[in-house]
Amino acid sequence: MNEIVQFMLPELGLTVLLFVLLFVRIVGKLELAGQVCQLMNIALPILALCMWFMPAPEGAQFGGMMISSKLIVTEKLLLLVGTWIISLFSSPWLRGHRHPAEFYMLMLSTLMGIFFLLSSGDFLLFFLALELSAIPLAALCNFDLEKHVSGESAMKMIFSSALSSGILLFGISLLYGATGTLSFVQIPALLDGSPLQIMAFVMIFTGFAFKLSIVPFHFWTADVYEGAPVPVTAFLSVISKGSMAFVFVSALYTVFRPLSEIWYIAITLLAVISMTVGNLFAIRQQNLKRFLAFSSIAQVGYLLIGISGSSIDGMSSVVYFVLVYVFSNLAAFAVITLVSSATSRETIDGLKGFHASNPLLAWVLALALFSLAGIPPTAGFFGKFFLLTAGAAKWNSPVLIVAALNMVVSLYYYLRVVKAMFMDSSDDTMIRLTPNVSVQFALLLCTAGILLLGFYSPAYEWIRSLSFGI
Amino acid sequence: MNMFTQAVWIPLLPFLSFLLLGFFGKYLKGTTAGWLATVFLLGAAAISFNIAYEYFFLFGKDANGVYQTIVPLKMTWLQFAGGLSIDMGLLIDPIAVMMLVVVTFISLMVHLYSLGYMKGEERFSTYYAYLGLFTFSMLGLVLSVNLFQIYIFWELVGVSSFLLIGFYFDRASAIAAAKKAFIVTRFADLGFLIGILVLSSAAGTLDFQTLIQRLTDSTGEGLHTATATGFLGVSALTWGLLLIFMGGAGKSAMFPLHIWLPDAMEGPTPVSALIHAATMVVAGVYLVARLFGIFAFSAPGAMEVVAWVGAISSLFAAVIACTQTDIKRVLAYSTMSQIGYMMFALGVSGGSGEAVDGFTAANFHLFTHAMFKALLFLGAGMVIHAVHSNELKDMGGLRKQLPVTHLTFLIACLAIAGVPPFAGFFSKEAILHAAHLTHPAIYWIGIITAALTAFYMFRLYFGIFHGATSSHHGDSHHHGHEGDFFQKLPLILLGVASMTAGFIPFGNFVSFSGRPVELHTDLAFSILPVSLSLVGILIAAWFYRKPSEMPDKVAGFFGSVFTAARQKFYIDEIYLFITRKIIFKLIAAPAAWFDRSIIDGTVNTFGVAAQTGSESISDLQTGKVQSYAAWFVGATLLLIIVFIYFIH
Repeated sequence: MNEIVQFMLPELGLTVLLFVLLFVRIVGKLELAGQVCQLMNIALPILALCMWFMPAPEGAQFGGMMISSKLIVTEKLLLLVGTWIISLFSSPWLRGHRHPAEFYMLMLSTLMGIFFLLSSGDFLLFFLALELSAIPLAALCNFDLEKHVSGESAMKMIFSSALSSGILLFGISLLYGATGTLSFVQIPALLDGSPLQIMAFVMIFTGFAFKLSIVPFHFWTADVYEGAPVPVTAFLSVISKGSMAFVFVSALYTVFRPLSEIWYIAITLLAVISMTVGNLFAIRQQNLKRFLAFSSIAQVGYLLIGISGSSIDGMSSVVYFVLVYVFSNLAAFAVITLVSSATSRETIDGLKGFHASNPLLAWVLALALFSLAGIPPTAGFFGKFFLLTAGAAKWNSPVLIVAALNMVVSLYYYLRVVKAMFMDSSDDTMIRLTPNVSVQFALLLCTAGILLLGFYSPAYEWIRSLSFGI
Repeated sequence: MNMFTQAVWIPLLPFLSFLLLGFFGKYLKGTTAGWLATVFLLGAAAISFNIAYEYFFLFGKDANGVYQTIVPLKMTWLQFAGGLSIDMGLLIDPIAVMMLVVVTFISLMVHLYSLGYMKGEERFSTYYAYLGLFTFSMLGLVLSVNLFQIYIFWELVGVSSFLLIGFYFDRASAIAAAKKAFIVTRFADLGFLIGILVLSSAAGTLDFQTLIQRLTDSTGEGLHTATATGFLGVSALTWGLLLIFMGGAGKSAMFPLHIWLPDAMEGPTPVSALIHAATMVVAGVYLVARLFGIFAFSAPGAMEVVAWVGAISSLFAAVIACTQTDIKRVLAYSTMSQIGYMMFALGVSGGSGEAVDGFTAANFHLFTHAMFKALLFLGAGMVIHAVHSNELKDMGGLRKQLPVTHLTFLIACLAIAGVPPFAGFFSKEAILHAAHLTHPAIYWIGIITAALTAFYMFRLYFGIFHGATSSHHGDSHHHGHEGDFFQKLPLILLGVASMTAGFIPFGNFVSFSGRPVELHTDLAFSILPVSLSLVGILIAAWFYRKPSEMPDKVAGFFGSVFTAARQKFYIDEIYLFITRKIIFKLIAAPAAWFDRSIIDGTVNTFGVAAQTGSESISDLQTGKVQSYAAWFVGATLLLIIVFIYFIH
């Protein structure tokens, strides 16, 4: 019993927190908003510490339904830290909100779904976990209750998600029909590349592609990101997407290993399309959240190049990239949340003259954008560098050339924001923003991550020691 | 030899002064900054003199009585594969010690003099900070142990010279002059850098001692490879040395890279005395002297070039100096002419026998010239302060108003004219003697130059201190303009040095072999140059002591030659023609076109393509969930079809 508790510690921890929140919600009053934030800001790192010091033992439980490994624990830990950072910087927004406890309940349920997803050893649990991580998220998108766009965002999310889940489920059932099993361990031996299996694979693949917003399954992304509250957008683009990248790469490297020739072609093709289309759309965006949505689509393109490496470097570079991406993107979202909740500005033009009024915040955002653009010596550079090196192992030079050209384009639009902040002057000067302690702490964490991860090579070495290839 | 490690403080003290004044100078009031810098420099000068004493009289000689080269401090800075390393260190040998004395002494004099001269300047402390930076760089250059270190300090010297020339940066002419000096010397330094690469790759080292030893050893591998390979029929070694000499010629304002020096007179006059008369401009001479062994033994062709460039420069500049009316420009051309002297003294000497005395003679002249030329500039500064003009026509009859300046200026003029027993006589005789041995033609150029020098210097002297008092400035106006004690003190000290420096038995201290040599002073030999100099002085007295029509008549007689000389033989115009018409039009313009049309065009096309592509696909994002679903399903089906029917 004790073994199972330790095995499921992350999930059980989240469950306990959910019950606490439920209790708070039932007996609590509206003034409790601040306390709820503080409680969660303290509880989440404690849970992370527990996971760090009592890591789940490697192996499988529940008849192979749930699996765990050091890599999976690391990934969960990373996502938990990311959620914590979001929690830290969303407090100014949440204080004015009527339902802070619900925000955390929905976010932590999603996170629990993600944890189950990462640990799933069977397509059944996989599907259930996927739904658990999708439906509360759609509710979260609607969390700016009085805003029309927020509702629209939630509706688009739930419809698109339902369609994607339907196709995915269809794929899973076809796979079951073709192999007679849903277990991740047994499937690879039974895959022979028959048309039915390929059809099933493509349908499952599109489920991932939807979640990762790979072009052309990305259309929901921009609309949903734009309408959702900024912290939710941050969760969608960093935690949700990061977790899907982890699951995607391990699924391709284990379950669908026999089909590697097929998915290699699929993901290189989609990598090129994603990078190019994502960048071309990002150029034209004025809304910061839409802009980050499309830029994240382009980032997924680079991620696919790393996956296509099919080696141990492929997996470690993906995990490392997500690690860097968590800090870089969350730093950007933290600043945007501050600006948005204080002035309700969410456009690039709204940042004009930002450096003059808030020099420190402007520098943090600039640093985050530099990291996203992959400018050395920020960690983002190393993230992209490892991805491309992993992809280069396949000698697929046309894809790498497209990637390089796309980086030039992305440099343009990231620097456009920096230019707006530092060089353009604005008629209506922005007020001086005063982030509270928790936001300051979040910004500090992200800045440290952006600056230090690139120089601290053991981080990558350690991830690499946990990874595996084909 | 650890006592010589104290030499490290000689450059460090001015550097500290630079840092202090650079960071905190603006908080210091009045002349405090200047005094602070002067005290620092006094320390550096004291250590230099102490080192000179210990080196020359106590510990410098080895058992055989030969002055040795001592490296008291050396640390590896950058270590490369293949045994090549770049070191930083200190090198003490006779010429380095001699230069230490010259640089710290002149710099100290200039520091003292500037206390009064620059008083009331808005950027007084900045000025002293720059002086500190320059002195540091120059001393670092002198003490360098290898080619790389000397190159670093070489550039630092260039930068501080740039800063000081452009000190009055609110004057457009000063900015232009600073830029000109920087660009011309940078251009020359490019040659220097390539030369360093050539030499170091041939010898496999940058270290002076090892380099010289490997490239003069006729059985060694380094010399063999350096002379065996070649380009355009000239060996790689000669090319390398010529390129290094190009750097030296740029710094030392040798023809045709001299054009920056006259313009550099835009800087404050004490700066001209320090940088553009006594120290930085002789860096080229010092560099050739440093590598003299390689020049003399392994590349006589390069030596020949050094000799002729020096000779042509000295005559060329002397002719121009006769026609200039700005007193600082006259002095600038005179400097160029005298450095030409030093250069050809090095160029005409050989590696052994009596001919090697040219090496000593060049360094001797460097030493004496530093004294009297610094004195001339400082005196000119006094005159300029008194009349508020650089133009000779605004001066005249100033001997009563500026008695100390008058006397010391006269001493300096006599010294530079080579009148015995003043300092210039001895060093010039030694040079002429060296030239007479090997290069008679250069000897004659030297004689003519010496006569011209006497003429134009006394033209200045009589023009400033004798003749009619200029109408613009009444006596009462001049009165009491000769500065305070600390301005006169450097004049007096330098005046004493200019009178007595010639009696120093210089050959005992500085010679190529390290053994004492006897410098040639022969009465019979001296008659011709001295009497020609006296003739020059007499003509100058005849022309300029009293207002006379003779100058105009002579100028008319020489006609177009005179005009050409006054226009500095149109060298500046030639450069402008080459840069504007040839480089800009024929090379830069096509390059710019290529850059604009092809490079930028490609980049712009890329940008426009991205923009157009972005616009053309923007319609796909309709905002309608049903269309997104259609795309989703369509793409899924397409993938299925592609994989099942085409790839599978």
